[in-house]
Amino acid sequence: MSTLEIKDLRASVTTDEGAKEILKGVNLTVKSGEIHAIMGPNGSGKSTLSYAIAGHPKYEVTSGEVLLDGENVLEMSVDERARAGLFLAMQYPVEVPGVSMSNFLRTAATAVRGDAPKLRHWVKEVKEEMAKLEISGEFADRSVNEGFSGGEKKRHEILQMALLKPKFAVLDETDSGLDVDALRVVSQSVNEVAESTDIGVMLITHYTRILKHIQPDVVHVFADGKIAESGGKDLADELEENGYVKYIGKPEPARI
Amino acid sequence: MTVAENNTGLAGPGGTNTATAAEAVIPAASRGERFTGYDVEAFEVPSGREENWRFTPMKRLRGLHNGTAEADGTVSVDVDAASDVKVEVVGRGDDRLGVGGAPSDRVAAQAYSSFTEATIVTVPTDTKPDKATLVRVTGPGEGKTAYGHLQLRVEAFSNASIVLDHVGSGTYADNVEFVVGEGAKLTVVSVQDWADDAVHVSEQHLSLGKDATLKHTVVTLGGDLVRVSPTARFAEAGGDVEMLGLYFADAGQHQEHRLFVDHAVSHCRSNVMYKGALQGNGAHSVWIGDVLIRAAAEATETYELNRNLVLTEGARADSVPNLEIETGEIEGAGHASATGRFDDEQLFYLQSRGIPEDAARRLVVRGFFHEILMKIDVPEVRERLVAAIEAELEAVENTANAEPATTA
Ligand SMILES: Nc1ncnc2c1ncn2[C@@H]1O[C@H](COP(=O)(O)OP(=O)(O)O)[C@@H](O)[C@H]1O
Ligand SMILES: [Mg+2]
Repeated sequence: MSTLEIKDLRASVTTDEGAKEILKGVNLTVKSGEIHAIMGPNGSGKSTLSYAIAGHPKYEVTSGEVLLDGENVLEMSVDERARAGLFLAMQYPVEVPGVSMSNFLRTAATAVRGDAPKLRHWVKEVKEEMAKLEISGEFADRSVNEGFSGGEKKRHEILQMALLKPKFAVLDETDSGLDVDALRVVSQSVNEVAESTDIGVMLITHYTRILKHIQPDVVHVFADGKIAESGGKDLADELEENGYVKYIGKPEPARI
Repeated sequence: MTVAENNTGLAGPGGTNTATAAEAVIPAASRGERFTGYDVEAFEVPSGREENWRFTPMKRLRGLHNGTAEADGTVSVDVDAASDVKVEVVGRGDDRLGVGGAPSDRVAAQAYSSFTEATIVTVPTDTKPDKATLVRVTGPGEGKTAYGHLQLRVEAFSNASIVLDHVGSGTYADNVEFVVGEGAKLTVVSVQDWADDAVHVSEQHLSLGKDATLKHTVVTLGGDLVRVSPTARFAEAGGDVEMLGLYFADAGQHQEHRLFVDHAVSHCRSNVMYKGALQGNGAHSVWIGDVLIRAAAEATETYELNRNLVLTEGARADSVPNLEIETGEIEGAGHASATGRFDDEQLFYLQSRGIPEDAARRLVVRGFFHEILMKIDVPEVRERLVAAIEAELEAVENTANAEPATTA
C-alpha cells in the first residue's frame, strides 16, 4: 500500500515576460488501487501538473511537496522518480530517432527493475503486452515514437506502463486522439494493469469519454492551476451535462 | 524537379555556444569555375579570407598553405591487400597519376608538387576480392611534415572494398585518387583517427566511369586540424556516388569537410549524408556541400544532408549547403542542413522511464549516428566506429563530471 501526496504544489515556467505561475497550490492524495480522474479545460495546467510530478526541467516548483510514501519526490532526479515507482504517460510522447523501441523498453525495464530481465521471458512478456494493445510486432524495430500516429504513440505509452509496473501512473490525456477502437483497447489495458497490480492512477482528461471505459473512484475538476472541486462519478456526469462554464466563466464542453 | 527543405537551426542559449547553419548560398562565382592545377606555384598563397579558406584557422596549418612547411619526414603506407589486388610504389613520373583530378587548392597542389613516391592500389578488371583491402597511413611523427599521394583504382566491372586508415602524429598533406572504372563498384572508408597533435589536409578525388558506383565514407575522429575535401566527378553517364561522413569533434579540434559534386554529364546520381557531433570548448566542425548541376547534366538526381549535434557549450558547427542548378531537366535535387543542441526533451523522455542520465545521453547520441552507421557496410569499420563513439561519449561524461555543477 503506497500513498502519493501532493501538497500545496506551485510551479511556474519561464517565459519571455519572466516567470509565469501555472500551478497555484495543488492538493491531492492518491492511494494504491485508486483511480482519480482529473478533468479540466484546455490550458488549466493539467500537463504542467504531470510534468512537475515527473520532474521536467522546464517547470520550476516554487513551493509545496510531492511525497511518495513520505519521501520527497521533488528532490529526486527524473530517472530516480521513475525508479521510485512514478510513471507519466505523456500527452505528446517524444520521438527518439535511431533508438529502437525494443532497445528502449529493455533499457528502461532494466533500469526500473534493477536487473536485466531474462531475455526469453522478456521477449514473451513484451509480445503479450503488445498483443493486448493490438500493436504489431514490427514496432519493436522502429525508432521510439518516430513516425508513429497519435494513437500509436498513446498505445506505446500504456505498453511502457504495463511493462514498468509503476506504483503510481499519471496518464495525461491518453484518450485524446484515440478512435473508438483504440480507446477501448487502451482502456482495457489500463484496467487490466489496475486489476493485476496495486497501481494508483491519475487519469487526466479533458473529456468524459474515457470514463465510460475506466471507472474512477474520485473525480476532480482542475481549473486555473488547482483543484476546484472533487466528488464522485456524479461530478463527471455534471461536467458531461454542463461543461466547464461554472469553473472558468465561459462555456467549454466536457464531451465531444 | 523538387528542391527540398533547408532547415536552418541555431541552437544554444544566448547564442554564445554552438551552432550556425547558413542558408544555402550561391557564391559570387560558380563552384565550377574554381581554379585547379597540379603546380603549387600556380596558386596564390591564401590569406584565410577566401571562400575556400574562411573557416580554416590558417595558423594551425603549420605552413602547409604558404610554402614554409618543408618535408622533413615521410609517412609509411602499409597495405594489407586482398588476393587479386595489386600494390605498387611508383615515382612521380607514372602517367596514371593525376587522372582522378587536379588539386583545387594550394595545399593540395603543394602536396602534389612535393610527394616523392606514390602508392597505387589496383583491383584488376572483373574481380571481386574476398575481403576488404586495408591501407594504413602512419603520420611522419610529432613535429615532422610529409606530403603523400595515393591512388586506388578499381578497374572495369570489379567490385571491391577498401579501408584507408590514418593514424599517428605530425603534419601531412596529400591527394587521394579513387578511380572507379566502367561498371565497377567501390566501397571505401577513409578514417582519420590521428593522434591529438596531427594536422591533415587531404583532397580526395572521386572519379566515376560509365555506370560506376562509389560509396565513399569519411570518418574523422582524431587530430588537431583535419580538413578533407572530397570532389566527385562523373566521366560518363550512369554514375552513382554516395558520400557519407561521420565526425566527432572534441575540445580544440577543427574538423572540416568540403564536398563538391560536379554533375557535368547526364543520368548520374549523388547522395550525400554527413553527421557530426561536437563537444567541448573550441570544438569546431565545418561542412561545405557544393553541388553543381551543369547544363548538360540532364536527369540528375541529387540530395545532400548535413546534421550536427552540439553536445556541450563552447562548440561550434558551421554548415553550408550550396546547390547550383544550370538545367531544368533534372530528376530531383535537394538539400538539408540542421544543427541542434542536445535535445533535452529526448533526455527527459528516456529518464522518465528510469534510464539514468548518462545512459540516456549515450542512447540519444548513438541514435543520432545510427542511420549513418547502418550505411557503413564494412563490418570491421562499423564495430570500430561504434567503439570509438562510445569512447568519445565517455570522454564527455568525464568532462561533465569534472566540472562543478552550476545551480540556477
Ligand atoms: N513551456 C511553457 N512555456 C510557456 N507557457 C507554458 C508552457 N507550458 C505551459 N504553459 C502555459 O501554461 C498553461 C497551462 O498549460 P498546460 O499545463 O499544458 O495545460 P493543460 O494540459 O491543462 O491544457 C497554458 O496557459 C500554457 O500556455
Ligand atoms: Mg495538457
